[in-house]
Amino acid sequence: MTGLANFAVEHDEQGRGKLSLSGALLVSTVGEIDHGLEAIDVPLVSVDLSQVEEIDTVGAWIVCRLSQRHDVEILGASERAQRLLSAVHGASNDADIKPPVEPLWERVTGFLGTKVTGMGIGLVQVVGFLGQILIGMGNIILHPSRFRGRALVHQLELVGVASLPIIGLMSFLIGIVIAQQGAVQLSQFGAEALTVNLVGRITLRELGVLMTAIMVAGRSGSAFAAQLGTMKLTEEVDAMRTIGISPIEALVIPRILACTFMMILLGFYASVVAIIGGAVVGELSLGIPFFTFLERIKDVVPIYDLWVGLLKAPVFGLIVALAGCYHGMQVKGNSEEVGRRTTMAVVSAIFAVIVLDAFFAVFFTKIGWV
Amino acid sequence: MVDDENGLRKARRFQGEYPVVVEGLVNRFGEQVVHDNLSLKVKRGEILGVVGGSGTGKSVLMRSIIGLQIPAEGSIEVFGQSITNAEPDEDIGVRRRWGVLFQGGALFSTLTVGENVEVPLRQFFPEISDELRADIARYKVMLSGLPEDAASKYPSQLSGGMRKRAGLARALALDPEVLFLDEPTAGLDPVGASKIDRLTKELKETLGLTVFLITHDLDTLHAICDRVAVLADKQVIAVGTIPELLATDHPWIQEYFNGPRGRAAQDSSTRRDSIEIDKPRVSGD
Repeated sequence: MTGLANFAVEHDEQGRGKLSLSGALLVSTVGEIDHGLEAIDVPLVSVDLSQVEEIDTVGAWIVCRLSQRHDVEILGASERAQRLLSAVHGASNDADIKPPVEPLWERVTGFLGTKVTGMGIGLVQVVGFLGQILIGMGNIILHPSRFRGRALVHQLELVGVASLPIIGLMSFLIGIVIAQQGAVQLSQFGAEALTVNLVGRITLRELGVLMTAIMVAGRSGSAFAAQLGTMKLTEEVDAMRTIGISPIEALVIPRILACTFMMILLGFYASVVAIIGGAVVGELSLGIPFFTFLERIKDVVPIYDLWVGLLKAPVFGLIVALAGCYHGMQVKGNSEEVGRRTTMAVVSAIFAVIVLDAFFAVFFTKIGWV
Repeated sequence: MVDDENGLRKARRFQGEYPVVVEGLVNRFGEQVVHDNLSLKVKRGEILGVVGGSGTGKSVLMRSIIGLQIPAEGSIEVFGQSITNAEPDEDIGVRRRWGVLFQGGALFSTLTVGENVEVPLRQFFPEISDELRADIARYKVMLSGLPEDAASKYPSQLSGGMRKRAGLARALALDPEVLFLDEPTAGLDPVGASKIDRLTKELKETLGLTVFLITHDLDTLHAICDRVAVLADKQVIAVGTIPELLATDHPWIQEYFNGPRGRAAQDSSTRRDSIEIDKPRVSGD
């Protein structure tokens, strides 16, 4: 019968020890005697394995280590034990298993340096990417037969038609919230009727397009980055190049055109649905009949509010598509990169859209569209 | 009393004849039946090669045995313990006694190779001290034929062949009694593939492993497998040594071993036997 691992040290007259191990020296059992073995402080003269019933490489390793440390010979090893001992003896080494760690100051400065150079390289790459797109556009204008109508229609459907429900729902709810919250505040001045102005102007001018851009960035910009990134990883993009198809013309330009064009329609659609949401609140809780609300919109919203929204929309669409395609085409290496680039695409798109929106707000005010 | 029993089980290696027994296995995915009444026994201490055309369910068989795929019917016993009666995540004490090498290596990408090897040790034997655990990880990495400095590298810094070896090191972490290898030589160059073959054989001989080896590599079959099981028609249609299989008249087996590639592998293996270069040897003795 096999017992658990055990050991005994027999002292001789000079104070040296004879170690004998017994039982099963397996990975499952040696953990308990390892500390005891480490704590042996008398010099050993021999290690006796004749009582050992089972042994595996971990047991052999422990024996091997003991015999090396005390420089003693191993007695009574079975044939199996000898085989294992010679196997692990050859494999002993003191390599590091943790990744090499640099000192803190080196890591911090290194991190900063990589960020700075990364930004520089990124800037050059963005400019390069824009250049590629311009060249691609130019080529398509010169050779209209190379234009991929089918791909464009497919992207129009994915970016535009497929996102109608979610953008509609979001805008409807935003319209409701603006009307409801606005009415609560305005009623303090007895000016509930101005809710119509609030809803009409803010959705057409700002929120309709802005919220749509954010939605499209999350829905389509991320998809662009992930699709193109995966295609880069699976070498589809390289395969295209070898066949003579420009990936910029085949993949990037249809997406950019689709996103730019669809943002105009989606932005307008979102504003309209938001106004309908506001009108529903008007009907239900403000006592303004639904159609009166819509009639009033026509009177209180200047037409240039519509232009403001519609002018911003394609710019935002372009930004979102550029960010998605750029980050997708930058993927290289492993699948982790796809996720990282997709996140970066969405974050940078939303950031750029909001910054640009601020510039637009100032610009349109300056030119008198207030 | 219970503690004693656990202790004893912990300290004993499997002594029966068949560490893996599959009986009447049925696997289906929707309408598609992959295995129909499949039976297979793996002998202790052998290298069993499992071959079959693409889609005959070799990997599904392996996944069933290691409990990742719950079969529709049939029973699977590993070390005399029923896998099929256990709950998917129930610990029936067999996981610490087998090692699995997945096709792509399946290394944890955020850990270094050495830390990958430490994971099973940490999971099953937390009483092992940090120092000893690191020692074990180091020599397992060496034992798998990787260079010393590979232990501190991340899987993404390794080549395909080295990743396979690192996966093997992790599979060997607990000194398993049965090793499951899913196409260990697929995608390797012939030199790398034959190195892996030799390593598998060496490990089997030194550590007394039982190896369940899925392969498409005819050279591997000829070079290291003691027996070969052929999967076709949703069953294991034949198990035996290669000469025994050649004696059967199943068309697929004949085509497999007597096709041009099969012939070439056979020739090279007889050549190898007659010259006897490279006798398997454990390094370092």
